Amino acid sequence: MADQPTATERFIQGILPENPVYRQMLGLCPTLAITNNMKAAVTMAASVTFVLFCANVVTSLIRNLLKPHLRIVVFTLTIATFVTIADRLLAAYLYQMSKMLGPYIPLIIVNCIIICRCEVCASKQSVFIAGSDALGQSLGFALALSSIAAVREILGTGMFFELRVLPAAWPDWVIMALPPGAFLTFGVMLAAVNWISSKK
Amino acid sequence: MSYLADIFLIALSAALINNFVLYYFVGICPFVGVSKRVEMALGMGFAVTFVMTIAAFLCWIITTFILMPGAPLSKWIAGFFVPANVAAGIDLTILSYIVYIFAIASSVQFVEMYVRKFFPALYRSFGVFLPLITTNCAILFACLTIMSKIVGVDNPADAWDLGRSLTLAIFGGVGFTIAIVIMGGIREDLELCDIPKPFQGVAITLIVGGILAMAFMGFTGVDVGLRNAIMPL
Repeated sequence: MADQPTATERFIQGILPENPVYRQMLGLCPTLAITNNMKAAVTMAASVTFVLFCANVVTSLIRNLLKPHLRIVVFTLTIATFVTIADRLLAAYLYQMSKMLGPYIPLIIVNCIIICRCEVCASKQSVFIAGSDALGQSLGFALALSSIAAVREILGTGMFFELRVLPAAWPDWVIMALPPGAFLTFGVMLAAVNWISSKK
Repeated sequence: MSYLADIFLIALSAALINNFVLYYFVGICPFVGVSKRVEMALGMGFAVTFVMTIAAFLCWIITTFILMPGAPLSKWIAGFFVPANVAAGIDLTILSYIVYIFAIASSVQFVEMYVRKFFPALYRSFGVFLPLITTNCAILFACLTIMSKIVGVDNPADAWDLGRSLTLAIFGGVGFTIAIVIMGGIREDLELCDIPKPFQGVAITLIVGGILAMAFMGFTGVDVGLRNAIMPL
C-alpha cells in the first residue's frame, strides 16, 4: 500500500472488487439468516449502513486518541452504542420488522465487517475517506444481501417484495425459505461469482 | 418433575432441534473457517462451550440483579439518590447490548489468562481459539436469548432461573460442537474429491452445510411431541 487509495476509489472498491460478503467472507450470519425475504434484507442492510457509517466516522475522529492495546474494546463499545440506537429506532418506527429481525439486530455488534473496517480503514484515515469507505462497503453488503434474498424469495414464495412475480401455479420451493435454502443459495451464488471473476 | 422435563426439553432443543449453527446461523465464521480438521473443530467446539457457559452465567446475574426493570441491586443503589417509588421502576435494559459485549470480552480475556497459567495442557488444545471467540455471534446470541426469557415474560414466576440458562448455554455449545465436528469430518474426506474449481473452498462448505441443515430439519417438532408426551394437558 505505497499510495493510499482516494475516497472515490475506496467507495468503488467496496461495492464489487472487495465486496464484503462475496470476496472477504465477512458478515456471514446476517447474510444467511435474514435473506428469506427482500423487506427484511433491505431493513438489515439499512441498519448495517447506519451503524457502519457512524462507527467509521466516530472512530476516524478519535483515531489520534486511541491506545493500540485498547483499540478493539473502543471499537466494540462504539459499535454497541450505535447498534442500541438503531435497535431502538427500529422498535419505535418499524415495530413488526423489529420483532421479525429479533436478535439479529443486536448481533450487528459482532458483525465482522464493521470491526474490520474500523481496524483497516477508519483508525488510520481522515473522516471523509472513512465515511466514503463505509458507504461503499455497506452498498456492497446491501447488494450481496439483496441478491441472495431475491433468489430465495422468488423461488421460495413466487413473490418479490411481497408482489407476485411468478404465476400462481408456481409450486413454492419451501426449502428456499427455510434454513437449508440459505446455505444452498449462498453456496451456489458464491461459486457463480468465483466462476465469473475467473473468466475475466 | 416438570422442572426436570423442562430442563431436558431446553437441552434437546438447543443441541439438536434448533441447532445454533444450522438453524439460527450464528457462529458461521468458525463453522466455515476452523472446520478443516476434526481435532481443530473439536478444540473450537470445546472453547465455545466453555466461554458460552461462563458468559451465560454472567449474563444471567447481570440481567437479574442489575438490568431488568426493578432489579434489586440497581433499585438499592438508586434508592440513595431518588425517592423509593422512582427507584422501584428503574429499568436499565437499554444498556444491555453494551454491558453484554463488555462482559463477554472481559470474561474471554480472564479465561484466557487463567487457563494459560493453571492448565497449560488445556491451553495448548484450545487456547489459540479463545481470542477469536469474543466476536463469535453464538455467545452474544445465547446471552440475548437468556435476556429475552427473563425480561420479556409477563409473569415473573416464568422467568428463567440460573439452571435453565446454564442448560441452554452448555447444550447450545454441545450443538455447536456436534455441527462443527461433523463438518470437519466431511471436509477431511472432501479433500480427496475432485471438486469443480469455482466451488472449491467456502462454496462447497456452504453447500455441505445446507445438506446438514436439511438433515437436522428432521428433528423439527420432536420437542412439541415430547412435551405433550411428558406433560399431558
